[in-house]
Amino acid sequence: MTKIGLEIHCQLTNLESKLFCSCKANYRDFKINENICPICMGLPGTLPRLNQEAVKKATIIAMALNCTTPDKIAFFRKNYFYPDLPKNFQITQLNIYGDTSIGGTGSIMVGEKKINITRIQLEEDPGRLIYEGSSSKNLITLVDYNRAGTPLVEIVTEPDFEGPKQVRDFVNILSDLLENLGVSDPGLDGAMRIDANVSIEGGKKVEIKNIGSFHDLEKAIHFEITRQESLHSRDISIIQETRHWDDKRKITVSSRSKEEDLDYRYFLEGDIPWVRIDPKTKAELKLKMPESISTKKERYVSKFNITPQVATVLSSDKFYSDLFEKSHTESNAKEIANIITTDLMGLVDTREKREESKITGTHLKDLADSIQSGKISRISAKNALYEIVKTGKDLSKVILELDLGNVSDESTILKIIQEVISDEPQAVEQAKSNPQTINYLVGKVMQKTKGKADPKLTLDLLKKQIG
Amino acid sequence: MNLKISALEFVQEVKNGNISAEDFVAKTLERIQSVDDKLHAFLSVNEEAVVKAREIDKKVKSGDKVGACFGMPISIKDNMCIKDSKTTCASKMLENFVAPYDATVITKLKEQDAIFIGKVNLDEFAMGLTTEFSAFGPSKNPWNTDYVPGGSSGGSAVSVSSFECITSLGSDTGGSVRNPASFCSIVGYKPTYGLISRYGLISYSNSIEQIGPLTRTVKDTAFMLNIISGLDVNDNTTRDNKNEDYLSEIDSGIDGKKIGIIQEMVGDGIDPAVLSATKDAIAKLESLGAVCEEVSLDMVKYSVAAYYTITATEAGSNLARYDNLRYGYDFSVEGYEFNSYISKARKNFGPEVIRRMIIGGFVPSAGQAGKYFLKAMKVKSKLTKEVDEVFKKYDLLIAPTVPILPFKIGEKIDDPVSLFQIDINTVTANLTGKPAISVPFVISNGLPIGIQLLADTMQDKLLLQAAYALEQTVTLPEVPI
Repeated sequence: MTKIGLEIHCQLTNLESKLFCSCKANYRDFKINENICPICMGLPGTLPRLNQEAVKKATIIAMALNCTTPDKIAFFRKNYFYPDLPKNFQITQLNIYGDTSIGGTGSIMVGEKKINITRIQLEEDPGRLIYEGSSSKNLITLVDYNRAGTPLVEIVTEPDFEGPKQVRDFVNILSDLLENLGVSDPGLDGAMRIDANVSIEGGKKVEIKNIGSFHDLEKAIHFEITRQESLHSRDISIIQETRHWDDKRKITVSSRSKEEDLDYRYFLEGDIPWVRIDPKTKAELKLKMPESISTKKERYVSKFNITPQVATVLSSDKFYSDLFEKSHTESNAKEIANIITTDLMGLVDTREKREESKITGTHLKDLADSIQSGKISRISAKNALYEIVKTGKDLSKVILELDLGNVSDESTILKIIQEVISDEPQAVEQAKSNPQTINYLVGKVMQKTKGKADPKLTLDLLKKQIG
Repeated sequence: MNLKISALEFVQEVKNGNISAEDFVAKTLERIQSVDDKLHAFLSVNEEAVVKAREIDKKVKSGDKVGACFGMPISIKDNMCIKDSKTTCASKMLENFVAPYDATVITKLKEQDAIFIGKVNLDEFAMGLTTEFSAFGPSKNPWNTDYVPGGSSGGSAVSVSSFECITSLGSDTGGSVRNPASFCSIVGYKPTYGLISRYGLISYSNSIEQIGPLTRTVKDTAFMLNIISGLDVNDNTTRDNKNEDYLSEIDSGIDGKKIGIIQEMVGDGIDPAVLSATKDAIAKLESLGAVCEEVSLDMVKYSVAAYYTITATEAGSNLARYDNLRYGYDFSVEGYEFNSYISKARKNFGPEVIRRMIIGGFVPSAGQAGKYFLKAMKVKSKLTKEVDEVFKKYDLLIAPTVPILPFKIGEKIDDPVSLFQIDINTVTANLTGKPAISVPFVISNGLPIGIQLLADTMQDKLLLQAAYALEQTVTLPEVPI
């Protein structure tokens, strides 16, 4: 049986400062090596100063993944030499000397499958290596320490996954969950980094590192299973090793490093005393936790009669559900859900487009209300939405500027109806015998008015005209 | 100008306008000029000190608010960071390291108008007890310059005892303040772990070490503690002492106090002169009303082994950052790959540091940790329990600071294990986090002997009261330099 386990590194991007100093957690906007200080550079004499907010955020994650949360946590040093590591040790957590990690065993459901969490640990991110030079002869490694000390949670799962698709579903769910919790923006480059452990029946465990995206994660695991099965079928034994994902060639490559032989000499980080997280604090954190995606979905379905499919899409994406929460009322909720899932999603389907988009909850509320009151048609609403996303202008202004308002003047519509009746004698006859086909004529009127004729009024008038 | 006055006397004299800080500092610099060739306490001298003192005199004259130190010249062990000045740890590895920030103790002393007269010598990265392991040469004992001054805060002890400054800050990982204080006949203090911020102290073994003052009187130590102790946001291990005033009630005496005499520290290997001095000290304390009884701490016999195992482990990790990539000495990376570069760069560590880092790589490693590191941690926790038990019955503990007299430079340098054993009386305070003080007690055949007192966690004030009481019973000759 194929067994896959994951180690997910997720940055707590929504924190103000790094894990042990007051440099910014959001290092991305800085010039190289400008988001640093004596502490995160590990200068002689400096000491880590634990960010208590990070402890809270990581505890929330543990709770959301149904993990046990100890009353006391400890930090350990993981000792190894690497240029991106200013102190040449990483401050992290582990459970070998008792349950001292911020999260213990837990689980989440992926469809019908239960995925068990082994532990969650809070740790510091190293710096970033930048390689320059074309060949190994003139290769230069540059280090940017802006990221060094950024708060990171590592989520370790049991080897419960049976295939790449399940892994992909899991990371999607996890990513939505972390975003919904308000602890991280997993869409940011490098905010979520995943290592996968893959083994097949009778083979040793192989760790795959350096996987850049969820898409590549699925591919890398797929490749690795195929590779291992191919070895197995030829009676070649699968050795325990670390492999790197080569995203250009789309294959895994043996690291040939002695990484697996490394002895990290873990021991207690004496500079950070044990941190107490008392039951009262935990209860407070639990109380302040945002509504979970699944409860949100259930609420959308039961309260607003939104279809489960639409509710799933809406609740699992924080961007959309936030917009929905800001705009909906009892009466327009369903309409807004439809606007978001049928029209808006197509307009802001990338991170960049979302960031540039000017849409607000007020816009959506106005749009839904205008559709329901017959002020604009659905087609016009779609055109208005496009303009709003681009410019952020008020709906009323957009309707005026683009002349999108519904034509609800009887005489104007009647004139057009008469034109249609004379153009389409056959259809008129048909409509007389079969009233359902009258919609064809309504469509023709809409065509002539570029979708602006009040549909209800048009139908009424048409019925009268045809008799 | 009398350079032999205490810190409290100096403050009073400057405050009253009897002496000027500038004169005192200038004379102190002259003193350093004239004696330090023989003693080698200083690694660098602050040329700006006189200018700084002049500013303070101005403040005194104009009636402006002046900090509690009134321009008192202090020497600082060269493992504490002073912004924009070299902090070498007496190592080639950090020969050119200029600290870009102030240690918390430095910030606090600056706020109180102390003057940093210079940075003083130590065993490289504070690893040693003779100051012979300084990469820049040993310091000499002012009582006899053929002898070691103790260590690792040897420069601190020498500078204070030979009037090259009024007080000094050292650091004590296993006796590094108390040992040289004892060897140089001054007061050396290791506070409760967490009483003084370590931010800016270059770590050797961070879970047990503390910064501590070296002074000529117990009152001066209390004065220094008042300034440098207390909570610090930059050091998560600091404790809240609620701005305790260690000077007030220092003369409370020790009448009725129960003192335990640690048997394991006055037994085998103790020099007869040291033993007799300890007996005298006990007799004096008893004459002041204290009740002294023998106590046994079974774990003490394992304490040195545990101490060296734990400190080596932490040192191996703490010193790993010195890969010469971000700061250090001039050595180009060109033509090296990472691992070969750092192994080459790290050859600049001295022999004692290398010895301890090799031990530090071994004792906590997979397969060995159970036999060494974890066992050492067990000794630490058992010893702490034992000492905690003893303090339920006793207010204080007593033992000689060092079981032997100062010895000649070079005498023991090739015998690390016998050097390690000298720490037997001092490491207990570090492993248990308890406060301890060395009080100068007697000069035996021209060489100083200090007596050590220990108290329970956060009983620093009581400890200073007892030390003061003991200090009042002795009159010591003047240092012959």
